[in-house]
Amino acid sequence: MKIHEYQAKQILAQYGVQIPRGEVTDTASKVREIYEKIGPRVVLKAQIHAGGRGKGGGIKLANNAQEAEQIAQKMIGMTLITHQTGPEGKVVKRLLVEEALDIAKELYLGIVIDRAREAPVVMASPEGGVEIEKVAAESPQLIFKEYINPATGFLSFQARKLAFKLGLEGETHKQGVKFITSLYKAFEGTDASLAEINPLLVTKQGNVLALDAKMNFDDNALPRHPNIQAMRDLDEEAPLEVEASKYNLNYIKLDGKVGCMVNGAGLAMATMDIIKYYGGMPANFLDVGGGVSEEAVKNAFKILVSDKDVKAALINIFGGIVRCDLVASGIVKAAKELKLSVPMVVRLEGTNVELGKKILEESGLTFYSAQTMKEAAEKVVPLAK
Amino acid sequence: MSILIDKKTRVVVQGITGGEGTFHTQRMQEYGTKVVAGVTPGKGGSTHLGVPVYNTVSEAVQKEGANASAIFVPSFFAADAIMEAADAGIEVVVCITEGIPTFDMIKVKSFLKGKSCSLIGPNTPGIISPGKCKIGIMPGHIHTPGRIGIISRSGTLTYEAVDQVTKLGFGQSTAIGIGGDPIVGLKFIDLLKLFKKDKGTDAVILIGEIGGTAEEEAAAYIKEEFPKPVVSFIAGQTAPPGRRMGHAGAIIAGGKGTAKEKMEALEAAGVYVAKSPAEIGLKVKESLSKK
Repeated sequence: MKIHEYQAKQILAQYGVQIPRGEVTDTASKVREIYEKIGPRVVLKAQIHAGGRGKGGGIKLANNAQEAEQIAQKMIGMTLITHQTGPEGKVVKRLLVEEALDIAKELYLGIVIDRAREAPVVMASPEGGVEIEKVAAESPQLIFKEYINPATGFLSFQARKLAFKLGLEGETHKQGVKFITSLYKAFEGTDASLAEINPLLVTKQGNVLALDAKMNFDDNALPRHPNIQAMRDLDEEAPLEVEASKYNLNYIKLDGKVGCMVNGAGLAMATMDIIKYYGGMPANFLDVGGGVSEEAVKNAFKILVSDKDVKAALINIFGGIVRCDLVASGIVKAAKELKLSVPMVVRLEGTNVELGKKILEESGLTFYSAQTMKEAAEKVVPLAK
Repeated sequence: MSILIDKKTRVVVQGITGGEGTFHTQRMQEYGTKVVAGVTPGKGGSTHLGVPVYNTVSEAVQKEGANASAIFVPSFFAADAIMEAADAGIEVVVCITEGIPTFDMIKVKSFLKGKSCSLIGPNTPGIISPGKCKIGIMPGHIHTPGRIGIISRSGTLTYEAVDQVTKLGFGQSTAIGIGGDPIVGLKFIDLLKLFKKDKGTDAVILIGEIGGTAEEEAAAYIKEEFPKPVVSFIAGQTAPPGRRMGHAGAIIAGGKGTAKEKMEALEAAGVYVAKSPAEIGLKVKESLSKK
């Protein structure tokens, strides 16, 4: 799960990570009030989940209260387009108003889980303010890493080492060590999957602060962090995906015209792939779960047909332990109830497959039956054109 | 022949009295798996599905000689269950549970270091040696005894592959789901090493998906050290970056972990890469005819 910058900063502050003074607001008139507290120079930052906000006009400096309020009026409600939002952009609902600081250096600090090493890794680089992927590609020698031993946790010497690699000295080095240590505590304490401070700021006064902050969380661990779960912003997610998540369905909207409904995530991806292989494009990823309950099928259909881009659908169920006749009855019932009109190719495999096919044929609905994934894809692609 | 499990494998089911545990224990028993005990803390001394239930795994090991375990306990308790099984001396632990937090698995992997315990999963359909033993939730009847090994990060997609090779007249020596999570027990390489030694396996199907670098690591190993034909399919060629595709581990992060990279690495290692999931069986046939 992703959260906003201001939320990440709230969490980090609780763990002792130094952040600039500031407040979040959704009303332009409140900006003046915030300005009085933290001026004389403030930065207004649009709160959307996507990166690249600065270039898109979502981060602006104001030198007085009136200017701050004017910028806020323009920014709240504007559609911000960045390289990460897609061409449709994101509507800005909130601003983070922060004190402007005197920048001496912009550094990078990030923590992720290294899957190959099966451990968290803290990464630091003196090259802050640019995308770390770019640094990794162009000057990998400028990225310093410390892997965390799960038995001992993050060790003091590791934090000291990284702070020295960042070129921090004296009192600033001390602050850097505290910053890195606190960031790791926040990462572990919240079951995060990403904690990224880019840029990590060193001010002219020698203070170390998080100028930006990004945190993502392990969805599997969210139930043990209700305070973080509550930070989910449904406005940042595609409406159909929000709807699908209510039914515990794994659904992701894509650009094509062939809707898919599949049991199992791997098979669902493979179904998308085979649609493309035969010249079509999948409209979505949709996993109804290995068990294929009637309820899940019905809800999945609801989501599928709410997507107006879907011109035809491919239902690919590898039954296995699940009985195909039950799946077929579920499909027919849901299709009748929801008065489905898009042509559907159904591929069933598993126990009682013949009985399942018979139920589909005798339903009076237009189902195209397929024996194999290949046949299903070959049939559905022309139907969507 | 088979790897990791066979007719003699003695299985304890952790979480046997729960809904999933009960249902799948019955399916395993029907398949002929020797389920010798169950564990549910607090229900020790009772009998369930005809097998004794114990409070701890170590009792099941001592009293029933269990040497493999199937775990069906809820996600927040599953990491503890894995470590309990490993501590009790269980050799093969199959964790079916989905949704275990990543930090829990990091702890588990650290705990397992230096122990002679093979963990399969979590978030896996399990392992099956057709006609001998099934530990997991896969449909037993689609499998046939034979000489093809299967290693996969997926569930139903594995059944699809099994079905394709069965229909072409090939059976399976052992089919293993390694799990769809970012951090799992045995990985592709660990299992390839076992299949290399298994005289009952002629070729291996490796089903990967987007996310992580396990397929690339497997490709490097295959190129240097694996003599048998390998067929592969990578799911997620059409998956958008940055999105978690159902499995917690199936995500293209920072431009890394794409299907394209994995397919190229495998092809360069001499693997028969199926571009369409419908061609997995045919590729197996092709790979064996060229042997």
